Amino acid sequence: MPEPLLSVENLRVAFETRAGVVRAVDGLTFSVGEKEVVGIVGESGSGKSVSMYSLLGLLREPNVVIEGSVKFQGREILGLGDDQMQSIRGKDIAMIFQDPMTALTPVYSVGWQIEEQIRAHGTESKHQARARAIELLAEVGIPDPARRVEQFPHEFSGGMRQRVVIAMALSCNPKLLIADEPTTALDVTTQAQILELMGKLQETYGSSIVLITHDMGVISEMADRIVVMYAGRPAEIGSRVDVIRTPQHPYTWGLMGAVPRLESKRSRLVTIPGNAVSPLDVPEGCAFAPRCEHRMDICSTRPSLRGSDHQAACWLDSAQKVSFRNRGHSA
Amino acid sequence: MAGLGVLIFIVTICLLAPIYAHNIAHTNPFASNIQGSTFINGKRVMLLQQNTQGLGFGVTPIGPTWNFSHYFLGADDQGRDVFARLLYGGRSSLLIGTASALLCCIVASILGLIAGYFGGPIDWLLSRVFDIIWAFPIYLLAISLSVVLLTSGLNIGPLHIGAGSLFLPILIIAAVFIPYVARPLRGLTMSLREREFIQAAIGSGSSDLRILWKEILPNAAPSVIVFFPLMVAFNMLTESALSFLSIGVQPPAASWGTIINDGLGLLYTRPWVALAPGIMIAITAVSLNILGDGARDAFDPKAKLRGSI
Amino acid sequence: MLAFVLRRVSSAVLVMFSISVLVFLIFFATPGVDPAARIAGRSATPQIIAQVRHAFGLDRALPIRYGIMMDHLFFKQDLSSYVNIGAKVVPQILQAAPITISLVLGASVLWLLVGIAGGIVAAANRGKFIDPLIMFLGIAAISVPAYWLGEVVNLITQGGLHHSIFSWVPSSGYVSIFQNPFEWGLHLLFPWLTLASLYAGIYARVLRAELVNALNEDYVRTARAKGLSERRILIRHAFRCSLISIVSLFGLDFGALIGGAALLTEVVFGLPGVGLLTYSSLQNLDLPVIMGCVMYGAFFVVLANAVVDIGYAFLDPRVRVA
Repeated sequence: MPEPLLSVENLRVAFETRAGVVRAVDGLTFSVGEKEVVGIVGESGSGKSVSMYSLLGLLREPNVVIEGSVKFQGREILGLGDDQMQSIRGKDIAMIFQDPMTALTPVYSVGWQIEEQIRAHGTESKHQARARAIELLAEVGIPDPARRVEQFPHEFSGGMRQRVVIAMALSCNPKLLIADEPTTALDVTTQAQILELMGKLQETYGSSIVLITHDMGVISEMADRIVVMYAGRPAEIGSRVDVIRTPQHPYTWGLMGAVPRLESKRSRLVTIPGNAVSPLDVPEGCAFAPRCEHRMDICSTRPSLRGSDHQAACWLDSAQKVSFRNRGHSA
Repeated sequence: MAGLGVLIFIVTICLLAPIYAHNIAHTNPFASNIQGSTFINGKRVMLLQQNTQGLGFGVTPIGPTWNFSHYFLGADDQGRDVFARLLYGGRSSLLIGTASALLCCIVASILGLIAGYFGGPIDWLLSRVFDIIWAFPIYLLAISLSVVLLTSGLNIGPLHIGAGSLFLPILIIAAVFIPYVARPLRGLTMSLREREFIQAAIGSGSSDLRILWKEILPNAAPSVIVFFPLMVAFNMLTESALSFLSIGVQPPAASWGTIINDGLGLLYTRPWVALAPGIMIAITAVSLNILGDGARDAFDPKAKLRGSI
Repeated sequence: MLAFVLRRVSSAVLVMFSISVLVFLIFFATPGVDPAARIAGRSATPQIIAQVRHAFGLDRALPIRYGIMMDHLFFKQDLSSYVNIGAKVVPQILQAAPITISLVLGASVLWLLVGIAGGIVAAANRGKFIDPLIMFLGIAAISVPAYWLGEVVNLITQGGLHHSIFSWVPSSGYVSIFQNPFEWGLHLLFPWLTLASLYAGIYARVLRAELVNALNEDYVRTARAKGLSERRILIRHAFRCSLISIVSLFGLDFGALIGGAALLTEVVFGLPGVGLLTYSSLQNLDLPVIMGCVMYGAFFVVLANAVVDIGYAFLDPRVRVA
């Protein structure tokens, strides 16, 4: 099997606060292959964003402790100094964020900001960079790019700004694009457009994507493989088909059940009982156990990811899973 | 925290000034004492010494004795005990600074909140008033008012304030700085007004007064609390400048500013008379500033990320 | 944009008018005070007071009195002092202005350099030792009374050490730049340093706070993700966005100082600028001169306000649309 583009192994990110140690990410292991789209899904506070920030060295808090291993193209990048990370960021690995309204510097034109990135990683002249910026704006679907390249961020709508951000991120042909909730702040129609754009670009540029979201609908459309996170830990990892058709973790069952479906004859939405676990108070064993209706004694010991291609961190055996899952899914 | 400690120390020793003056130093810091004398090392010494250097004209007061029980910092040109005057002066300076800051913050809060909340013509009028007061270079306005009022006191209807009263500098300095505090509060109120919880309160039928008191005021309070120590420092500095120019505190009362003024004539011979009050002002203002910064950080949950003072 | 400028200018004129009315009222209409006695000065005889009363139309209604004074000040330009009989007000002010301008220009260059450098260094090294050090120096600079600092400087340079280390420092006074540029600079050196210290402290602290705020903004996170160096992010992104508030602050301070707010420094160092003129006229209750100085000062403050507002639009593209 060829070496994965990105290989995350036992990533742990903890914050030391006066109230205690907050384990935002606790043992995340997954990999991303070439041209693959991996979706990381989980509720707020599940650690999905923090894990990717730590990977790129974007966590600047003084009280953070990062452990584990992250290999990009076979090279360990966790723990690299700022100067070395700077040549990776924006060039090999690019990242786009959630709120397009505040993502761009307000005092420079969008063209200037795209050119800044191009020229930081290459030897293009101002002319060449400008031409490339206009090209990029056209590719992401901004009309009249030659004129709009001189405009300022506040002259674009939210959806347009996110397109600019995507254009900027792809400007240096990165091998990996990390997208942190790129459509959460947008309305549904724009959301669909942006996702479609990302899919198209991914094919054109051949980059891999890590897509972080809390929206199962988005994941089921875009992702080739899915990582489900809960309380900083991976709950389930598998291909899209596997995870959506035959989920192996009670939490995933809850997530799938919670998506309202037109064909369902149920009158009430299914919710997962209990509240999201506080990151200060993660239980010793399985983090989901307090809310799980299939809780057993053995769940007081933390389960590791079990399985080969399709993994789940759960003590239930296959037979039990099949019966519980079908019971929950009956309409 | 250190700021608070220093501040408390200074306030305490100034409050104790009368005790010091009467019981320890046995001097009257306000009476002219040109003919007086004191004991140094057992010998009787005149407070104002005949000049022997240069042309031999005039008299020079004695310098610091560094003896805590009398004339610790020496005498000024009226033979008064500088250290005792320093402590008394501290009381005036601190009083004026604190009282005017208090007055200013209270009035500015009321006006700023009203202007920001009600908007419309009320806001327009108040903002124009703020603009005009603020457009006046501060010192000029304070000086103008002081000059006018200090010669004859303030007499508006039932309000009679004598020319020598400390209340005049308090009023003037408070008035001059009102726009400084009121404008940011107005801006804050205006943005608070648009927030959802205020909209909800309005929608549920609460009266304006109730909303101002229960919703907006608690949210504006942290800003005011942060402003307060900074205003005390500002006002103290302004008062000392006015007193230095002889249009602040009037003799025979003393404040740190007037003592600096007194010390000018003695600057090259007895520098301590002018140096000491300036140092006191600086230390007090520094600790007030540190206190203000500490208050601001205490209210700001993201302060840890910012570090530093 | 033109409409915006016009509106700004007209509101500035309105404010100037209001200030002139305010000053007029303070000096002429404060209850319980006799204007004529004050105009004539402290050592006037009853005849002079009566003359003054008539000449100024103090027996007439307030608005007419106001009109007369404004007329003398602006149109006839022959408003003359009551203490230095015959000395005209406007020329006095015009003579004093270049001195104040020299003082403020030099000091502002100094304080901008030091303040901005201090703010940037502190923000770039936040959390390390130099950061609180610079901030503490800033607080100290703000807390020291400016005039006292000037006196201390005088003490050091003119006192005991005058004959040794500081013998090159001239005593107080001013030398015009056209007469002798070197002496001009030498006489102004310590006044520049004294005046600049207060503002350098303020600017360093304000800039640091703005920079740290900016560094926590989303667009800085994007810039980092682009792979830009920290230095570039600090200067090109964070500083550029903080520049707006620094420039507006500077505009206001500069305007106020040119208008005479530097009076304490001028008094201490014996520089016959507008501030000193204002101060001595206040001491002598020389009302016409006071009126002239205050209007001069207010004019510059209002002008500075308007310039800052308009300049804001250049620096912040978001404002231009409004």
